[in-house]
Parts: sequence; C-alpha cells; structure tokens
Amino acid sequence: MGNIKPNYIRPLDLSRGRVEMSHGSGGRAMAQLIAELFAAAFDNVYLAQGNDGALLPKAEGNLVMSCDSHVVSPLFFAGGDIGCLSVHGTINDVAMMGARPLYLSASFILEEGFPLADLKRIVDSMANAAREAGVSIVTGDTKVVERGKGDGVFITTTGVGVVSDNIILSGNLARPGDKILLSGTIGDHGMAVLAQRENLSFDAPIVSDTAALHGLVAAMLHSGAQLRVLRDPTRGGLATTLNEIAQQSGVGMMLQEAAIPVNKTVEAACEFLGLDPLYVANEGKLVAICAPQDAESLLGVMRAHPLARDAAIIGEVLEDAHGFVQMVTRLGGRRIVDWLAGEPLPRIC
Amino acid sequence: MKYVDEFRDGTLAGNIAANIAREADTRRSYRLMEFCGGHTHAISRYGLADLLPPSVRMIHGPGCPVCVLPIGRVDQAIRLALEHDVILCTYADTLRVPASHNLSLMRAKSSGADIRMVYSTQDALKIARAYPDREVVFFAIGFETTTPPTAVAVKQAAVEGLRNFSILCNHVLTPPAMHAILDVKTTGAAQGGVGLNGFIGPAHVSILIGSKPYEVFAGDYRKPVVIAGFEPLDVMHAILMLIRQVNEGRAEVENEFTRAVTREGNPKAQAIVAEVFELREMFEWRGLGSLSGSALKLRPSFAAFDAELKFKIDYVAVPDNKACECAAILRGEKRPQECRIFGKVCTPENPIGSCMVSSEGACAAHYSYGRFREAS
Repeated sequence: MGNIKPNYIRPLDLSRGRVEMSHGSGGRAMAQLIAELFAAAFDNVYLAQGNDGALLPKAEGNLVMSCDSHVVSPLFFAGGDIGCLSVHGTINDVAMMGARPLYLSASFILEEGFPLADLKRIVDSMANAAREAGVSIVTGDTKVVERGKGDGVFITTTGVGVVSDNIILSGNLARPGDKILLSGTIGDHGMAVLAQRENLSFDAPIVSDTAALHGLVAAMLHSGAQLRVLRDPTRGGLATTLNEIAQQSGVGMMLQEAAIPVNKTVEAACEFLGLDPLYVANEGKLVAICAPQDAESLLGVMRAHPLARDAAIIGEVLEDAHGFVQMVTRLGGRRIVDWLAGEPLPRIC
Repeated sequence: MKYVDEFRDGTLAGNIAANIAREADTRRSYRLMEFCGGHTHAISRYGLADLLPPSVRMIHGPGCPVCVLPIGRVDQAIRLALEHDVILCTYADTLRVPASHNLSLMRAKSSGADIRMVYSTQDALKIARAYPDREVVFFAIGFETTTPPTAVAVKQAAVEGLRNFSILCNHVLTPPAMHAILDVKTTGAAQGGVGLNGFIGPAHVSILIGSKPYEVFAGDYRKPVVIAGFEPLDVMHAILMLIRQVNEGRAEVENEFTRAVTREGNPKAQAIVAEVFELREMFEWRGLGSLSGSALKLRPSFAAFDAELKFKIDYVAVPDNKACECAAILRGEKRPQECRIFGKVCTPENPIGSCMVSSEGACAAHYSYGRFREAS
C-alpha cells in the first residue's frame, strides 16, 4: 500500500486521447479536463477562484452583454478555427455597442469521441484570441453528448463589456442623409469556410477575416465622429445587416456597387458557386452609419487602422417608407438588395 | 481568374445603352424574350431595365429549370426519399420548390428524409460508392447544360456496376419549349408567341447544342434570335443586335456569344447524351403543358438506372394553385406583378409558385431585385 499515491490521476492523453462521456458527468474526469485543458489555457485570477461563478470587480459605465453560439463546420479553416471565432464573434457583438469588452464565458458541448488534440488546439486558439484582445475568459461549462449527437464541438460564449453614458449606438438611429461606411472586403470568412468544406482550391487561398474589432471601434469613437450605428455583418452578410438597420430605423438606403470592396478571389469563388458576396458571412468587418459631415474624417481614421485599410463609403441613408435597400449597380442600373431568402444556395447553371 | 468582371464594365454598358436609345424606334415597341433564367437573373441583378428606353420591353421566358418542373415531379422525388428510404441527391435550386401536402424537399429533409445537396453528379456517385447498402437516387433536372454530366454519371455507374445508383430523370429540351411559346395553340394569343419580336437565345445551353437548332425560329417563324452570354454586357449587346434586326426587317440567328458558342455545338457532349438518353413521348411542363418530344429518358440499355422504373413511382399530374399565375408568366403572357398573390401570399420565403423559388425565376428576380419600381 505504501507506494499508492492517494490523489494520483493519470494526466490526460492530449495527443491520442478522446472525449469520453465521463468528461461531462461531473466527476473526477471532468475536473481533470477542466484543470488540465481549460483552466491551464485560459488562466486568469477570476477563473482561478474555482467557484461556480466568477466574482468580478465593479466597473465604470453601463454594462453591455451579448452571447453567440458557434457551430461552424469545418472546425478548422484558413485563417482561423471555431476557437478564435467564438472569442472574436462575441467581442465584436459587445464592441458594436461601443463598449469595451472585459469578460467572456465559454460553454462547450463536446461530442463523445472528439480527439483531445483537436480540442486542445481549439482551446489554445481561444486563449490566444482572448489574450490578444485583452479579455478574460472567467467562467465556463462543459457537457458531453453521445457520439453522433453533436458535430465535434459547439461553443457558446457570452461577453460583458462597459460603455460610458455618452455613447449611444443603436440600429434605430440611422437618419436620411447619413453615410454608410464599410471597414473592408466582404465575403472572406464565408467563402474560406465554404472552400474548405467543398475542397475547393484557388490560386490565392481565401482566408477568413476573423478578428476582434473593439480596437478599431475605440479608434472610431475617439475620432469624435457622430456615429449612429455600428454592426458586424456576420451571417446573412452585408445585405442582411443593412436590411436589419433599415427596418429598425424606418429608412431606405442607396448603395454604390462599385464602392463595395470585394477580394478578387472571393469574387471569383462566389461566381463559381453562384453566390452573391453581399450575402456571404464576415467575421472581422463592421458597418458604420454616421452623420454626413463626419464621413470623410471617419473614413480616414478607419483606414489608418490595420483592420480597416480597405474601408470605404458605400452609400447613404434615404427617406423611404418601404425601407428598401437599393443599389446602383456597376452597370448603372438600380436594383434592390433584399433580405436573404432561405439559405444561401448555389444556382445550378 | 479571368472574365469575372470584363463583361461588367459600366462605361461600355453606357455606350451600348446610348446606341440602343438612338436606334430604337420610339413609335414601335420591341417585345424581346430572354429565354433563359440566367439572362433574367443578369437583367435583374444589374438593373438593366434602367438602361433601356420605354419602347424596349424584356419578357422573361421559361428557361429556369426548377420553374418548369411540375409539382408532380417534385412529389416523385419526395416519395422516393420518404417512402423508399433512398438517399436523394439534388442540386440546391430544387430544395425549396413547393410540392404537394405543403412539402418541399427541404421540408421532407427536416422530417427525416435523407436528402443531400450536391454540386455535381460526381458527388452523387461518391455517395453511392460510400453507401453500398443504400439506394442513392440523383434528382436529374435541367436543360441541355446539365444533361451531359448526368449522362457521364450513368455511364460511369454502368461501368463500375454501381447497382445502388439511379436517376430520376427530368432533363428537358430548349427548342421544343420555344416552339410551344410561338405556337398559337399553346399561348392562346391571337398572334403566336405573345407578340414577341425576338429572342435572346440561351448561353450555356447553346454551347452544347450550337446555334443551328434556332434556325427554324428565324426561318419558319420569322423571329430574330441572338444567342448571348450571361454577362450584363452580353445581354445589352444582344438587345442592340435584336433591335437592329427588327429595324432592318431581318430574322436571323446571330451569335453574340462567339467566345463559347459555335453553329454545331459540342459534338462530344451530344454523342454521350445520345448514347444514354432518348426522347420521351410526352413530358408535362409547368406553364406550357404536355409537350411531345420535349424531354429525355434513359435508353432501355440503361433502364437499370431509371429510378422511375426501379421504384415503380408513376408520375401523377398535380394542378397548380388556382391563384398562381406561374403558367401565364412562364409563357410570357403576364408579368410577375400582374399576379394577385405576388409579394403578398407568395414571396421568396414562402413561395406558392415555382417562379418564386429560384433567383432565375421571373417572380423571384422581380421580387428580390426590382419591386421598388412599383413602389415608387
């Protein structure tokens, strides 16, 4: 009996091990997974409290809270993975309120049999993304579902941030005459994921634009421009985001197709698959609506930031009881840029 | 990648538009039908109607594969997936087409049918190889463009002995549909072809079949045909060429799409199609009714790959929704906005008729891109 170590537990096999049902059942195996994988990677004083909830210090300003679930397939794609995506996505939702993101929660639904090596890659990617963004992952949860009942891993993150009283951004504040700015090329994330999923390769690889935008937002707020709306055009793409804003504000919009930046390879890939980049997801872009007199100076501030070098003024807000988002096409005609109908499905010919 | 935006140049389009405006006779009207949904899509997506004078009116034709597919054909596919437990492989466009019993392939999928979206017939073959114990059916739809890949897949399946693979063949032909539109009996119009002054001929279809099959329309029916690519500049150029033919009293087949289309088409593809398929005696089209010799079926030597025979699923004709004007719209007699349920009961989210499903359909194209015109 003398050589028995009373609390010994064999370390996780992070190279060949797999998620087992016991990793979600609340026992020693779960505690081990949390300690050796999640806590080790996310390491911060709030998580280290080791309680059911994190006790956070008082913060100045109004609180902003947002959450986002991530179910991307494939889990790893050019330019990122589900891990950094789940951090950036929620940080961006908080940042679009003009807030400084401070804390994140992370909830994992793991599928039985999922390789621990992949899980570690994902968790490390989350930890890096959070660290780079200056945000702490302060609490979390893990559940395991039987093989076949999940898609590897689903991650839900919730973010909390603070915003000062004098910053009020909202989708219902767009006014006729306001200018619409876009921080860069559209469609990169969606096409990167689709290219990976469908095994399509192009001369120049398409890389996801996944990035945390709160630094860019801070610079834009600091510029003193009268910002009305900020929003990140994720699922449904630019078209859907603009329609949401038009509906909330009860206005119309007129876009200039020639002004909307699209990466050449993304354009070619969309063409190839019969998709319209206006409807393809972005994960590192934002749309800003601001007072017309501030548009040029705001554009300058955006272009000076590394995440918005290709920023452009893409259109303006109009009075329109129908709430149509319209566009002057490159050919000089007009068309509606409508809500996405159903799923974005490729056309056959 | 070349040719993504070479044919989308705004300045050149402006020049062609100026020529059209100058040459179109304001005292007459030019009723031009773009047969293909690809052209309908380009016209709507690029707002080309704004570049045309009021005397030129584009009429959307029936060349949208999912639009002309009658409800009964989608019902067959759904029955295969729900009742015969097959893996049904389909192109994406077909997924949302409304079928009987408030179903569509998409809805059948959410109620448990194994329906998979594929990009090509090769994907369907891969699935058949991967699931040797399951029956895999490819829902083969489309005009002459999508037919050769189906023929290749059937031949491959025969060579490999893939006995669990079959196709639900709904391949249709362009020229018989054009005949039907020009036929007084079909349209009921006093003048055949709803008073059309000319056609923009298909782009991709013509790469396969060539320009020769259209000569009868120029010859017998005296209707000018200009075959054009799917890019907006191609369409603008074709409109100008048609106006010139009309003004000069000519009725010829002209080829704007010379970078891809020849008079004879692609003989290799034609040979493979002829080897695998033969003409169906009758095929029901949505909007155009039953047309003889207008569609293809597998030859008896490939009957083992015919899902209709293999699973004994007969075609049952189903009438369209009474209020739906898809039929008249597909014949070019009515415009989408003239349908009572357009934009009300029938929208892209909840399509009643097939023209509201694909973005190539006249109704969906007008709803998604052009409905501001009625509002303003």
